[in-house]
Amino acid sequence: MMHSLKQIFPRHDLIAFAILAAILAIVFPLTMDIFRLNLVGKYLTYAFVALGLVLCWGYGGILSLGQGIFFGLGGYCMAMFLKLEASSPENTAIQSTPGIPDFMDWNQLTELPWFWEPFHSLPFTLFAVIAVPTVFAFFIGVAMFKRRVGGVYFAIITQAIAAILTILIIGQQGFTGGVNGITDLRTFLGWDIRTDSAKYLLYFVNLVLLFICLVIAQCVRKNKLGRILVAMRVREERVRFSGYDVSNFKIFVFCLGALFSALGGAMFTLQVGFMSPTFVGIVPSIEMVILCAVGGRLSILGAIYGALLVNFAKTSFSETFPELWLFAMGALFISVVLFFPNGLASLYQEYVLPWIKARFKPRVKTKPEAKVESKAKPQPELSEATDDSANLPAGARYEN
Amino acid sequence: MFAEYSASELTAIFAMQGFAGLILFSVLVLMALGLAIIFGQMGVINMAHGEFMILGAYITYLTSNVFAEYLPSLFVGYFFVAMILAFGVTFLLGMAVEWGLIRFLYKRPLDTLLATWGLSLILQQLYRTIFGAREVGVSLPDWMMGSYALTDIIEVPINGIFVMILTLVIALGVYWLMYKSGWGRQVRAVVQNRPMASAVGINTEKVDRVTFGLGCGIAGIAGSAFTMIGSTGPTSGQLYIVDTFLVVVFGGAQSLLGTIASAFSISQAQSTMEFFLSGSMAKVLTLLFVVGILMLRPQGLFAMKIRH
Repeated sequence: MMHSLKQIFPRHDLIAFAILAAILAIVFPLTMDIFRLNLVGKYLTYAFVALGLVLCWGYGGILSLGQGIFFGLGGYCMAMFLKLEASSPENTAIQSTPGIPDFMDWNQLTELPWFWEPFHSLPFTLFAVIAVPTVFAFFIGVAMFKRRVGGVYFAIITQAIAAILTILIIGQQGFTGGVNGITDLRTFLGWDIRTDSAKYLLYFVNLVLLFICLVIAQCVRKNKLGRILVAMRVREERVRFSGYDVSNFKIFVFCLGALFSALGGAMFTLQVGFMSPTFVGIVPSIEMVILCAVGGRLSILGAIYGALLVNFAKTSFSETFPELWLFAMGALFISVVLFFPNGLASLYQEYVLPWIKARFKPRVKTKPEAKVESKAKPQPELSEATDDSANLPAGARYEN
Repeated sequence: MFAEYSASELTAIFAMQGFAGLILFSVLVLMALGLAIIFGQMGVINMAHGEFMILGAYITYLTSNVFAEYLPSLFVGYFFVAMILAFGVTFLLGMAVEWGLIRFLYKRPLDTLLATWGLSLILQQLYRTIFGAREVGVSLPDWMMGSYALTDIIEVPINGIFVMILTLVIALGVYWLMYKSGWGRQVRAVVQNRPMASAVGINTEKVDRVTFGLGCGIAGIAGSAFTMIGSTGPTSGQLYIVDTFLVVVFGGAQSLLGTIASAFSISQAQSTMEFFLSGSMAKVLTLLFVVGILMLRPQGLFAMKIRH
């Protein structure tokens, strides 16, 4: 990379990352029992999707209503591996055909379908978790972006694909487990994933993966790539006339979003112990967009906080007032769009950050060198705009 | 899959399934006409369109109950009253929603999607609170039941013919309103160039409000027709929203004729294939086909030759 580490991680971002890491890796495990921590882990798998949406939608201006597709594909790949391990001939001896998953037996299948065979192997499964959704996203991206389909049309078509995939999974019960999904997952290479110690370990694995994705996202947004994405969202024609192939950047960022979602899906399967079409369809896909919108569509850390807060609210609301939850969710959608288009992150930047700056001003002034250096950056205006889209004219941000 | 049927049987199957698909076609056309006005003309992605349709269905249900309870002698004609009421209520609700929500979002089409999705969640829960989570059905008056035997194997359901005629009338009405009336000219002027339209003295805010209301009102009528093919539940509308958007996009968002043609081909393809395959596979194949064509021809079947 041409950019130094300091440019990719300015001090302010480094502190924010450290705070998030401290909350997730130290505060939560120390204060919560394993049941709640496992729930947090589940919420964090949605944060992968929200993070991908920040890059796709917030930066690139591509709203995908089909992130559930990739979450589901990643999750199903992992679930198929775990299911095959759970349905060894000894475990399934009572079935009419031992050695195949139980739902296949119930649907009168007598042998494993060909596309299940490779999922006996762990390396293939890990490869498939990453490759299947990314390649699928690549095909969708090429078909759409090369023909300059974007904006609203792209949203509707990805939504239709999510609907198709859900209907297909539910309809092909014998191959996919139907509406119940793939359930009763037990071990991962002989290691029981249902025990408390396994859940702790999986929580931290999930966390490490999430931070790897966060670092990738941070590299994307602090690099030239991030600036091109923003430029593309604001003035697509101008970027095209400057000689960039806009569609390739769109395809790249869409595939990256799909990859993040797939990792989230695979971790979901491992932590929750099942995968079903309810995480693939239209409704979950739109809910994932709202996680991103609540956190702030331009803030990668905001996406994580958004995913946590909305899901915490969802769980506590539906525990206490189940009938009020949909009202609250609907009101949340509307108020975020009407009053805080940039989500929690904009509140933070408008109110909290000035307060912090005012507090710690004397200490910042003792380091004049750092300030000068940051001013000498090649394009301070644009990199500023990526952080704080309030600088952009209101209309320009949403032009597609 | 056709091998085990003889040629005359196949003709009969296609004809029967074709007529069975008529109500689905009518519902899709009415939904899509409303959406074509809202989405095609105004550029608003109304994810709550299905909930407006369901509101129409619930109003039809209420009207039929009221008639059965208090005016049994007039029950034969309740459907016409129900339709008018369904249109009126959804029209007013649509105008209210435009005033309270949509008008702030005209410059941000993708955000209308999220906001109206929120609205649809609220409406769904509202229906669940008022009408209960169980699905409700509507009883039809006697003259709309039964079917008319065209030949000895082909039978045509009477309510299908009725809804079909109704759809035709409404489609013609919308066409006249959009392309022949002074009001339609104002709508198209506002869509094409908002500042210019307002400069020549068109009240753009009022045009927007009535246009959105009209689109929702037509969805309400679709809801009345919907009560004939399915029972009404709080989430029934959500199942139709993707289909409706696909119909509109497939037809070419700005073309009313395209909307009708694409609704016809989608509903007929689905109901014909349902005979030979399972319902879910028929749906998958239809949607795949539509998405495939849209990838090859993103502007839809009947696109106007303009560049944005």
